[in-house]
Amino acid sequence: MIRLSIPARQVLSKLTLPVLIAASFALLLVGKADTLLADRVRTALGDALAPIYVVLSEPLGQIRAAVTGIADLWDMRAENAQLREENARLRQWQATALTLDAENRRLKAELHWVPDPAVNFVAARAVADAGGVYARAVLLAVGPNHFIRRGEIALDQSGLVGRVTEVGARTARVLLITDLNSRIPVILEPSGGHAIMTGTNGPRPRLLYWSDGAPPREGERVVTSPEADAFPANLPVGTVRFSAANVPEVQPAAQLDRLEVVRVFDYGLNGVSPPEAAHSLNERLR
Amino acid sequence: MARDEQVPGIRPRPSLGRRLDIVARHSFPATSTVLLMLLCGLPFGIADQAELLPAMTLAAVYFWSLFRPASLPPPIVFLLGLLLDLLGYLPIGTGVLTLLLVCGLAGVWRRRLTQQGFLVVWLVFIGVGAGASGLTWALTSLLSLRLMPTGPAVFQAVLTGALYPALAILLIGAHRTIADPDRI
Repeated sequence: MIRLSIPARQVLSKLTLPVLIAASFALLLVGKADTLLADRVRTALGDALAPIYVVLSEPLGQIRAAVTGIADLWDMRAENAQLREENARLRQWQATALTLDAENRRLKAELHWVPDPAVNFVAARAVADAGGVYARAVLLAVGPNHFIRRGEIALDQSGLVGRVTEVGARTARVLLITDLNSRIPVILEPSGGHAIMTGTNGPRPRLLYWSDGAPPREGERVVTSPEADAFPANLPVGTVRFSAANVPEVQPAAQLDRLEVVRVFDYGLNGVSPPEAAHSLNERLR
Repeated sequence: MARDEQVPGIRPRPSLGRRLDIVARHSFPATSTVLLMLLCGLPFGIADQAELLPAMTLAAVYFWSLFRPASLPPPIVFLLGLLLDLLGYLPIGTGVLTLLLVCGLAGVWRRRLTQQGFLVVWLVFIGVGAGASGLTWALTSLLSLRLMPTGPAVFQAVLTGALYPALAILLIGAHRTIADPDRI
């Protein structure tokens, strides 16, 4: 180590902080100029941390299950009554669905309908929040030999979750539909109106740009639209709900705040690339 | 170790074990903060968990910069800030700048604040936390060229202030025991 005189050392120690603050400004500029670099470092860090998160998420999941188990015991009676009622209602729907299914098959057979190809999917565990304060995303732990590509579509058991934006060696980052950068073409059912669903970072994304003839109505089902070749048709997204300020919002069908296992589907779509990738591409082209 | 050389007196021989012990005690603030930050990323299933990471990091950096600045010099704070940006998905440099400013302010106020009681230190930290949340919000908005929602920033400020006492109890305990380099 170099021996310095005491005054020199004092000056140096006083200078460290201002120099580092200046360096942080430089870092801000570098980060803005090359967003790909930050993404790459983050993906590498995520890959390195994923095994730790996977190991720790098991006992955490058990604790969470125990806590929710106690809460469930508490309101079991009310839930039971509600389930009985729902069961009766669903049985009626089941009869209708079976009739419609039979009719659908018969009609398709008569039309020589070409069935949709079966899609490949990978189920992965959501191990960490990958959004931070100003974004909504999750980190999936996928095995070391995965085939997940950017732009693939993530669903949980009940609806659309988001799209894969970055892929590492053992992790994939999924940008949720609630993120500020998320824009998804949707169709409202049964009216058939088109709209764009935009994330707000809040729990419920908003609907924008609907056609004049078919304004969104409370309780309508929202499904994805195959427009722009970014999503396949008819993936369940959620239901329309009007906020207190009378803005049409979508209540997501997926449980975005407690994602555990997510399925990532490869529909073989090559349309619009996911937001962050598009953003980086723009930066590159400039 | 520096104090060992300056203060006269009888002390154990600086064996390898003893030296390792001192190094470990010296590096406790930095390592414990890093571990705390990694823990914040785990899926606890709490709503709005994302604000936990900046809140915890700010509190830890503020505490150690006030009470043991020798163990948390600006270069280490710089690296902690970089980790905060990477783990918290903030624009690179935002966390670095915020933490360095907190560290600098703590350095300036150190002499007066460490003589005050816990309440004053906490009240000042509430202000620091609010300022830091505001700065992060402003920088994120500026760098992404759009106005970010203010809700998360307000929530982060409140959470930061509210979490400090709980974290401080742990850190004060550690400060007196395992993080004290003069303990034998």
